Amino acid sequence: MTEKSENMPAPLSSSALFQEQVKRTFRSNKLTGLGAVIFLLVLLAAVFAPLLSTHDPLIQNILDRLEGPSAQFWMGTDAYGRDIYSRLLYGARISLTIGGVAILSAMVIGTAIGIIAGYYGGKVDDVIMQFNDILLAFPTLILGLIVVAMLGPSMQNMIIAISLTSIPGFARIARAPTIVVRERDFIEACRALGYRDWRIMVFHILPNVTSEVLVMASLWLATAIRTEASLSFIGLGVKPPAATWGGMIREGFENILDNPWLSIFPGLAILLVVFSLNLLGDGLRDAIDPKTRVD
Amino acid sequence: MADTLLRIENIKKFFHVKRGFPVAKTMTVRAVDGVSFEVKRGRSFGLVGESGCGKSTLGRALLRLVEPDSGSVTFDGQDVLSTNASDMRALRQRMQIIFQDPYSSLNPRKRIGAALVEPLLVHGLADKRQAHERVLKLLDEVGLPPDAANRFPHEFSGGQRQRIGIARALTVGPELIVADEPVSALDVSIQAQILLLLRELQESHNLSFVFISHDLGVVRFFCQDMAVMYLGRIVETGPIPRIFEEPLHPYTHILRDASPVPDPRQSRKFLHIEGEVPSAVNPPSGCHFHPRCPYAADICKKVSPDWHQVDAERGVACHLFDTGNTGPDYPKR
Repeated sequence: MTEKSENMPAPLSSSALFQEQVKRTFRSNKLTGLGAVIFLLVLLAAVFAPLLSTHDPLIQNILDRLEGPSAQFWMGTDAYGRDIYSRLLYGARISLTIGGVAILSAMVIGTAIGIIAGYYGGKVDDVIMQFNDILLAFPTLILGLIVVAMLGPSMQNMIIAISLTSIPGFARIARAPTIVVRERDFIEACRALGYRDWRIMVFHILPNVTSEVLVMASLWLATAIRTEASLSFIGLGVKPPAATWGGMIREGFENILDNPWLSIFPGLAILLVVFSLNLLGDGLRDAIDPKTRVD
Repeated sequence: MADTLLRIENIKKFFHVKRGFPVAKTMTVRAVDGVSFEVKRGRSFGLVGESGCGKSTLGRALLRLVEPDSGSVTFDGQDVLSTNASDMRALRQRMQIIFQDPYSSLNPRKRIGAALVEPLLVHGLADKRQAHERVLKLLDEVGLPPDAANRFPHEFSGGQRQRIGIARALTVGPELIVADEPVSALDVSIQAQILLLLRELQESHNLSFVFISHDLGVVRFFCQDMAVMYLGRIVETGPIPRIFEEPLHPYTHILRDASPVPDPRQSRKFLHIEGEVPSAVNPPSGCHFHPRCPYAADICKKVSPDWHQVDAERGVACHLFDTGNTGPDYPKR
């Protein structure tokens, strides 16, 4: 992967080592940096959507329906004459919010579950992880489908569904380093000092698992955005007329012969975000993976 | 004179491991198999034995870091093993532990200051401002500069880390410290510094130690009493000068003679020990030491030896001291 540096650095703690690895990854692996930059741009576009958009994303203009890209409509218009470019910007808000909130909550809950299972071990671990593996066995989309079908389509239920599909993964990721750290003497020192279990888990184990969890979060955010688009595509997403990328692809699908741009642009947007997050996550994972680590 | 601070009676800790496929058999590792000893206040008790003889497990069992299967631990008149969780937290302020590996014993993500302040705050021993002052004083006591508080563990050497580990054990003001091979991971020159530091602290804080080690020289320097362990059992106990003068158990004898004396003119014949320590999963019958003992007789293979209290201070578990026997005729050194 990266080249070995000539000057041997002083031994570093795992956190300092992680930061050092992250720096080196960005410097030596241009793709990781590219991923970070693209994702940041998309994020900014979503935040500043009202400033960047050229039209109101919801206003219909039947006279200008199904037009191709032009100076007035940069990416064309859909079947109701709405501006695709503006809808894409507002769609980014919904997609990123659903993905972000879902992954954030899944990360918190999953990490807690993983640390508890790993720290206590034995029966607690067995029961939690068996249940976890059952959830993990369902394909993400199917599980999301079941949940949304049960709760009904809405932004909040999408978040619940996607979060639920990501929790088992986070639990697994957090459990492994917990088991490693648990065996180290400083945890035994904590017990000898009479610390309660929650204190040991929150202040002594959690800081030692965060880097692994954060890396996976960046990868799984891409999955979450894709899942959101898929669910929207099959009509289980946020209700129209709100713009979502998956929903836009579906609407475009109905008129794909008249104006393929309708599906192409939201498709490209999803591709871009997923691609950038994968580049970023892969680079970060390489940074902490001992097998590819530069020592 | 010195009263008993810690009394351990007949402690047992067995581990069960499943081995084999397709039908797993449960094997029992008798890590600690009926151990008893006493630690006097203000003194150091050495626990000596080869790797895997259960001395570390014993040290953790008496602090309830692993729960012993049976036996009793009495600390200053209080039964440790039946103490409930909240009383145990209070009791933990009085008994602490120092670890062997200074690289594993400190949280890599926590600054030294934070790691030392935490126990004080958790036990309500100080408010934030007082805690900070106490930590600076502790750092000074263990020979570290005040700015160590702002640094992370990876910025320190092994010896310095061990000093931090000692400071952490001292935060809660313990009376007893279990030192689990506290110097065996360090360079010899650093070992001496740490041992001198521990001895200094022992006097200034009136500490008692259970000092676990495989190094007889270190134990001889640091402790007043000792017990020799072999495969989960104690084979001999007594005051250090008397044991080194005249070891009773053949194993003790061989250990003493194997540990070098810094005198080039002293040459002597060794009784030497054959083979490896047998597995604790399937220990030898009778006396565990018999396959390696130069004095082994038939009875040693069949019957586990009883404990013989030789006098008020000394005891030994060996058939050579059964009634009618006068003990082995060891070669003179």
